[in-house]
Amino acid sequence: MIIKILLIAALAAAAVVLVRGRRTALNLLVRRAMMLAAIAAGVVAVLVPDTVTDVAQLVGVGRGTDLVLYLLVVTFLFTTIGLYLRLSEMHDRYVELARRLALHEADEDAHRQDRAELT
Amino acid sequence: MPTTPVTDAAVVIPMHNEATVIADVLADVHRRFTHVVCVDDGSRDDCAAIARAAGAHVVRHPQNLGQGAALETGIRHALARLDVDYVVTFDADGQHGVDDAADMVELARTSGVQVVLGSRFLGAAEGITGSRRAVLRAAVRFTRSTTGLEVTDAHNGLRVLRRDAADQVRLRLHGMSHASEILSIIASRGFSYAEHPVTISYSDYSMAKGQRSYNALNIIFDLMVNRLRAAA
Repeated sequence: MIIKILLIAALAAAAVVLVRGRRTALNLLVRRAMMLAAIAAGVVAVLVPDTVTDVAQLVGVGRGTDLVLYLLVVTFLFTTIGLYLRLSEMHDRYVELARRLALHEADEDAHRQDRAELT
Repeated sequence: MPTTPVTDAAVVIPMHNEATVIADVLADVHRRFTHVVCVDDGSRDDCAAIARAAGAHVVRHPQNLGQGAALETGIRHALARLDVDYVVTFDADGQHGVDDAADMVELARTSGVQVVLGSRFLGAAEGITGSRRAVLRAAVRFTRSTTGLEVTDAHNGLRVLRRDAADQVRLRLHGMSHASEILSIIASRGFSYAEHPVTISYSDYSMAKGQRSYNALNIIFDLMVNRLRAAA
């Protein structure tokens, strides 16, 4: 039953990130810590495969493989939301950049000024 | 019909591959308006050259950035480069009436409101299909309940913005969600607004260029995420 609480909490957290995800130093720290933890856990799981099953049974999941699948799904969700937010932000910047270029090209006075500065 | 040209307003027309119709539309617009800004949103045809030859100011996006982005570019160009008090947003496909636009500027002048919105349901929608009418009606109900604006049309491309209001228009949403985004800006900034009956002529060209009805669901998703993020 513990797994249900953990998974619901993770899904709720994903929704919160979607709505109010901002790129802060704390977020970056959490992300890096999770990445290191995932690598460490991976090494342990490879060296001592039985620990995965032990942890799974501890949180109320039958097989270790199932626990790994659940974690994968949650991680994938967080990654997707993170990339979606990142891409939206990049798109906004790209639109503003392209717009400034378009407005500048359409501005005859700016061209005259540029030429005057060059000569 | 009085045909004094309007000199204190700039008509902003976003274009995307409109070479076949833009010359006629611009000839019609120039009949009543002196200043026209065409924003070429990364077209592959030569509508920018046609618009320039027709005497419009042309701003060219280096890539396709979407109609909302094109509108904002045109509005910013008009405010920065032209000595106008009003900006008119106008669709390139010829679905709007130029005389309606001129009447709306006149209404903005006399009533003193910051925004005048065109409404096809106060006026006439010619050649509209039943399903399109149903989707637009639903969009109106949705807009009324989410923004609190007393509007009768939610997705009309014909609008008049006074300089102080136009200056605050920042459009972020992709696709066609910018029409709703403009309405939420009006609501959140508390702009004064009025509606004016307009006639929309649905042609095969405008229907083909227009959006599919199911895109309404994408717009709702965009609006929801945008609103939640703004509130958070």
